[in-house]
Amino acid sequence: MAWIGCPRSPVGEITRFRPADCLPAAEDILRAEGMPEPGAVPETTQALIDRARHLFLDTAQPIAVHADITTYEFGWVFAGEGRNAPDAPLAGIYPKAAHLGLFACTVGAELTETISRLFEQHDYALAYVLDAAASAGAERLADLAEQAWRAGLPATDPPEPLALLRYSPGYCGWHVTGQRRLFEYLLPADAGITLRESCLMEPLKSVSGVCVLGPASIHVFKNGFGFCAECRNPSCRARIAGLGKES
Amino acid sequence: MQLLEQLAAALREGEDERTAELTRAAVAAGIAPRDILDSGLVAGMNVVGSQFRDGDIFLPEVLLAARAMYAGLAILKPLLVKDNIPSLGRVVIGTVQGDLHDIGKNLVGIMLRGAGFDVIDLGNDVAPERFVDTALKENCGAIGLSALLTTTMPGMKRVVELLQQRNARQQVKVVIGGAPVTPEYCREIGADGYAFDAAAAVDKVRELLSK
Repeated sequence: MAWIGCPRSPVGEITRFRPADCLPAAEDILRAEGMPEPGAVPETTQALIDRARHLFLDTAQPIAVHADITTYEFGWVFAGEGRNAPDAPLAGIYPKAAHLGLFACTVGAELTETISRLFEQHDYALAYVLDAAASAGAERLADLAEQAWRAGLPATDPPEPLALLRYSPGYCGWHVTGQRRLFEYLLPADAGITLRESCLMEPLKSVSGVCVLGPASIHVFKNGFGFCAECRNPSCRARIAGLGKES
Repeated sequence: MQLLEQLAAALREGEDERTAELTRAAVAAGIAPRDILDSGLVAGMNVVGSQFRDGDIFLPEVLLAARAMYAGLAILKPLLVKDNIPSLGRVVIGTVQGDLHDIGKNLVGIMLRGAGFDVIDLGNDVAPERFVDTALKENCGAIGLSALLTTTMPGMKRVVELLQQRNARQQVKVVIGGAPVTPEYCREIGADGYAFDAAAAVDKVRELLSK
């Protein structure tokens, strides 16, 4: 099929959240940074985490945008600039989905600015922990964006046993340049999220991707692809393992 | 010497005000600035680096110690300059073009300074030409390149190529790091060293510049 241009874009639904909604737990911050549980770290580190969580509450401005997308339209987004890995699992997953939704979310620019300011003030430890908290908070916010999208789908009676996972450009063989078409379709600038030439999002602590809702079996794929060797965030295994726990 | 041991201990504990206080006391006691640096601040930081590598402490403690190091260095630096004592070497660092992620690069800069190197931090999204121009103009012994995205890694190769084109490949060492970077990629592009983390970057720069 030859694509000519961006399919007609719907108006994405914007949802604002409270910072407390996506405030990461201390153990989430520690785990993300490869550190032990809260009771096993020095008091100084625990105090830093407490301060970082307070700063998160003071400065985060969580916002998300999501929009339904058809399988046909997502084919256009996913094709991107033709740079996906030939064996990218999502190519075989999304056509089997019951529902697809694009999303982008951010914990806001002020948080990033606060991290930079702390570094400039030589408050490195707090800057580092706040950076980790912001990353963990952005992932929690992506969870909320997923839920917000799913909540807007028509209910079925009886409820279908479907599993929801999200996939993002830059992971699992979906080339990072796929961000361009995702942004062209979703238009997340209305939520304050923009894309740089290098396909990095601004504000920096942002997450984007596609929510894929379908039978759990469609999400199951083995790792060991060429691109898996480069992946430093192999959360796919845990996410796939957790599929049986949701309905 | 007990004073310097106390100084090293204060730094290890990340007590910046106490580190500054003990540095002032050491200066007032007539201890040579170089000895205060080597046997107090750097000695303390070396222990911190070693504990971090061994997994006994974690990055936040290293960064608290680094802040204490800066507090002591702020007092010593004018005296070291006055005595014309050279640093361990000069290093230019930055995140490669197209990449805005700079926390890893910041950590490397903090720890290099803590180890006694002069550091020129060009920030993020830095063009290859700027790394090389700065290294040559500022007489740097090494360039430290960081990348978080695979799409920006070719900027590292370009730096190595530019150094070759300007006949400066032997004069300026190149150390690379960042989440997607591997030792294999380091070999592939002809860089001099790969560092898995900030502590390893300091060790690698020290090793390369001591040759």
